[in-house]
Amino acid sequence: MNENIIEINNVSMMFNRSKEQVDNLKEYIIRIFKKNLFFEEFWALQNITFNIKKGESIGFVGLNGSGKSTLLKVIAQVMKPTKGEVKVYGSVAPLIELGAGFDLDLSARENIFLNGAVLGHSRNEMRKKFDSILDFAELWDFVDVPIKNYSSGMVARLGFAIATASSPDILIVDEVLGVGDFKFQKKCESRIGEIIKNGATVIFVSHSLEQVMELCQKAVWLKNGQMVMYGDVDEVCQQYKNC
Amino acid sequence: MNKFLIMVSGFVKYKDLLYELVIRDIKIRYRRSVLGLLWTLINPILMMTVITIVFSHLFRFDIKNFPIYFFTGNVVFTFMVEATTNSLFSIIGSASLIKKVYIPKYLFPLSKVLSGLVNLFFAYIAMMLVMLVTGVSFGSAMLVSPLLILYVAMFTTGLGLILATVMVFFRDIAHLYSVVTLAWMYLTPIFYPSSLLEGKASWMLTVNPMYHYISYFRSLVLENHVPGIEANISCFLIGFIFLVAGFYIFYKKQDKFILYV
Repeated sequence: MNENIIEINNVSMMFNRSKEQVDNLKEYIIRIFKKNLFFEEFWALQNITFNIKKGESIGFVGLNGSGKSTLLKVIAQVMKPTKGEVKVYGSVAPLIELGAGFDLDLSARENIFLNGAVLGHSRNEMRKKFDSILDFAELWDFVDVPIKNYSSGMVARLGFAIATASSPDILIVDEVLGVGDFKFQKKCESRIGEIIKNGATVIFVSHSLEQVMELCQKAVWLKNGQMVMYGDVDEVCQQYKNC
Repeated sequence: MNKFLIMVSGFVKYKDLLYELVIRDIKIRYRRSVLGLLWTLINPILMMTVITIVFSHLFRFDIKNFPIYFFTGNVVFTFMVEATTNSLFSIIGSASLIKKVYIPKYLFPLSKVLSGLVNLFFAYIAMMLVMLVTGVSFGSAMLVSPLLILYVAMFTTGLGLILATVMVFFRDIAHLYSVVTLAWMYLTPIFYPSSLLEGKASWMLTVNPMYHYISYFRSLVLENHVPGIEANISCFLIGFIFLVAGFYIFYKKQDKFILYV
């Protein structure tokens, strides 16, 4: 049963590239009088259309600034697209940037519950998964230390452990793995592999083309906010490498 | 109607997050302080002691049971100011969360109101302690307090949502609002009798929602009298209108938050 789990329909995302942000009254009034309420349009995404089927693993590749993270945020429904729409038919666990949903002053123990709640899980559910999360992250020695004192690798391990603990329908991984050491990378790859085998859908963003080719079946190549190519991962990565 | 249902179902799904946010606020507030949670009890009592000394010796007002008169006003007003001010900062303060993960954004101001209610609960207990000490009797009308608190909470939530929204687009509002609350506090008969404003300035009392709420509360605690239909309707309507206006404005603007936060 291979139906669409994510439908992206003609999505465009515009940001205001105004050189100075107007966020106080004085600026606003001055600008109105000077008649240059400056609004420079920047289209981070333009007319993106494709579907992701349930159980697929798809990689996004592209140069820095091509719109990969923006597209992920639109899919994770963190942002509403300026035009078009995204339909998502499952639960999403996003790993966009390190430590999303973490409060730096709290310890790992407290953040597991907080982050779990951010993803929509009750305290009870997180209590059951508590041990396995800490086992994966190998952070038993630092369970009650505030997160602000962690190294970036530790934060990444914790974040990944929490996001993957709950068997989401859709897992979004955005370049956070780059921070981990090779042991961590291996662990993550094997867990992502497990999740894929269990039928979840994975969207993977990485600059490491080997990782993308290893983990994903399909790929999307984004360039300047536009979708240049969509298809089999080996073909797309080949084309991207040769651009 | 459909959007409303989506909002409600979102609320149910994220009730755990609301709980976690409130717990987090409380933990961070009292982390590393020696007396910790006791401060929620001690603070209002200390405040009241200072104010009573100042006002019974410096300004002689003929108010029976001044400590409780002051307490009733202070407890309700402090809740409103605290909750709305925290709500004001709640969206920009959670910018990092909002930019990375999908969360129904109204949870942030709402969690601040709930944290405020927790503090209000402790302040209420402090008030009961002071009532014991000053010999004010507990009447059955006090049991209606939760209703009054509900009215105030509705008003506070609505106002908080509006402030949170405006703050994203115009940071000035933070400074403006602190002045507004200061003036508001002086214009509300918290530590002086309302007779001072009656007469020519009585319109100032009528348009002040907090005056209505505080009078209602004083009627329950000091006079052991449950206010009639008129007072209930006005208190409810004020709360309801602000609540609806707050949600409407917030809902309309919330998709733009991420671009400005």
